[in-house]
Amino acid sequence: MQAALMIEARGLAKSFGPGLGVSGIDLQVPAGTIVSLLGPNGAGKTTIVRMLATLLRPDAGWARVAGHDVVAQGRAVRRRIGLTGQLASLDDCMTGRANLVMLGQLSRMSRRQARARAADLLTQFGLESAAGRAVRTYSGGMRRRLDLAASLVGGPAVLFLDEPTTGLDPDSRRALWEVVRRLAREGTTVLLTTQYLEEADQLAGHICVITGGRVAAEGTPGQLKAAAGPAKLIISLAPGADLARAAAVLARRAAGPLAAAPRPGYLEVPVVPCAGLVTSVIRDLDEAGVAVNDISLQLPTLEDAFRGLTGSAAAGLPSGDDAVSPEAAEARARAA
Amino acid sequence: MSGGTAGLGHPLAASPAAVAARGAGALAGARRRSQATAVADAAGTAGWAARDMAVLAKRTLCRMITTPEQVLNVTAQPIIIVLLFSYVFGGSITLPGHGSYREYLIGGIFAVTMCGTAQGTGIGLAIDISGGLIDRFRSLPMSRAAVLAGRTLADLALTIVAAAVTAGTGLLLGWRIHTGPADTIAALGLALLFAYAASWGGACVGMLARSAESAQTVGLLVILPLSLTSNAFISTARLTPWLRTVADWNPVSVLATACRQLLGNPDPSAAIRSWPMQHAVLASALWSAVLLAALVPLAVFLYARRVQR
Repeated sequence: MQAALMIEARGLAKSFGPGLGVSGIDLQVPAGTIVSLLGPNGAGKTTIVRMLATLLRPDAGWARVAGHDVVAQGRAVRRRIGLTGQLASLDDCMTGRANLVMLGQLSRMSRRQARARAADLLTQFGLESAAGRAVRTYSGGMRRRLDLAASLVGGPAVLFLDEPTTGLDPDSRRALWEVVRRLAREGTTVLLTTQYLEEADQLAGHICVITGGRVAAEGTPGQLKAAAGPAKLIISLAPGADLARAAAVLARRAAGPLAAAPRPGYLEVPVVPCAGLVTSVIRDLDEAGVAVNDISLQLPTLEDAFRGLTGSAAAGLPSGDDAVSPEAAEARARAA
Repeated sequence: MSGGTAGLGHPLAASPAAVAARGAGALAGARRRSQATAVADAAGTAGWAARDMAVLAKRTLCRMITTPEQVLNVTAQPIIIVLLFSYVFGGSITLPGHGSYREYLIGGIFAVTMCGTAQGTGIGLAIDISGGLIDRFRSLPMSRAAVLAGRTLADLALTIVAAAVTAGTGLLLGWRIHTGPADTIAALGLALLFAYAASWGGACVGMLARSAESAQTVGLLVILPLSLTSNAFISTARLTPWLRTVADWNPVSVLATACRQLLGNPDPSAAIRSWPMQHAVLASALWSAVLLAALVPLAVFLYARRVQR
């Protein structure tokens, strides 16, 4: 059967005034998985995390984290969670080590246990050499690593990461992704918010697209991409080729109406990818006497899905709502 | 259930006291056991809260030591005020009756310095609340009251330093304590009690302020009039009647007068027929008690409201 749910929310809502806040948030996160809340700035991702981490009291709905209600059993929830917020949540006048020891003591460890745990985490995160320095002297990457280490002090079963890699260089970002993957492999359940599509695609097995305070769509990265629209053949015609004839030939192979040419001399054909598709298209065009420079198959990206859903759709992209709602409905039905 | 917790857990989740109480209860029957456990749990909770408060107070003191410029208002400021009022203003101020102005002044500066503590509390908490660290604290299974209680405790420790600096400067300029150790300790106790109460006022300001700068401005707008409409630097005898009434009931005046009485310094206020001036020690203790009773719950309320935004 399915693994136990470590995060479960239904109808979660919090308002900060008309049009501000989140509502109707349903979430189901099985143990040991990584789920990403993906959305633009101001979509409400942080509000959701803050409610789940017992920092904000929901106006409506309920949520259980690690089996405990976030309102009625807040302290029990706090024993099992770790949180890395967007703002640096470290004391920058104190050393890296002193920060971790303090948080250990506040997590109900004895001084000795807190020291041992701090030493262990500093080693794990490659911060031993900086352990005795004040955090204000740390680089952005080191600070973020220490921040993540700080959220692991109590050995959380559920980890909330609110935009953990914002402002990091690509190397530091990849290193942090590796840590998150390792934590999930070791059984930690991770809820991660991000505005980076690549990050959600790389890390999460399940993505909830949040926009305007609601879950606009959810599913695996694959499902969201599939829902973003069909695959496309991008065909670059040789100079002087007959565009109209090419379009007529290609219409027979197309899975839908041909999109307006994005660039002169190019054709974009929605297709259902299958074996021999590209070969047959080239043969058809050749038989019709249309000369081709280049042909490529483009699979939909998460960016297509995201842009469709968040209303920043560029011309030529399928309407997000139409394209995704069946998938989203299916994902919700499966979840329920 | 989760590999992530392996080897860590919370070995102290059941406190030794609670375990011991359960052991005792087993001998005496189920009912007594539940009572003993409840008492032990309550004691355990209070114990944890006290430890959380101590850990956070230590953090604040650690910050003060690593950034000493942040605490200049309680360390260097008393020296400056003592020197200013002794040498610049002192010559133009005459006390009713006989008595040395410098001897009179130090009690007043004690009282004013105690207010200064509140400024540090307000600014420090305003910085903390606008950063991410308090969110981190609130996601831990720690006592939720410890954030404010730890800060005010650390500021109390800083106040002792400020009192010592004030006294040291005073002694160099000829101020003396004319009474015994018991009275001296009583004066120090009253001053610290007032500083602690004022510190909770600062905590309220910190919770309301949008930034450290605004906490500082608001703090100054409260402390400056409060200090200057008191008998800290001048005698209230020559003020217009309504202002004198205000000054005589001002907690800064009351504390300054109580310190002067307890330390045997000149006290022209003894001639003023107003209840707080006639019973300054009792009045100062009452003032602090009233302020604490009002400001602690208010600060806790403002904190709870602030973090919900």
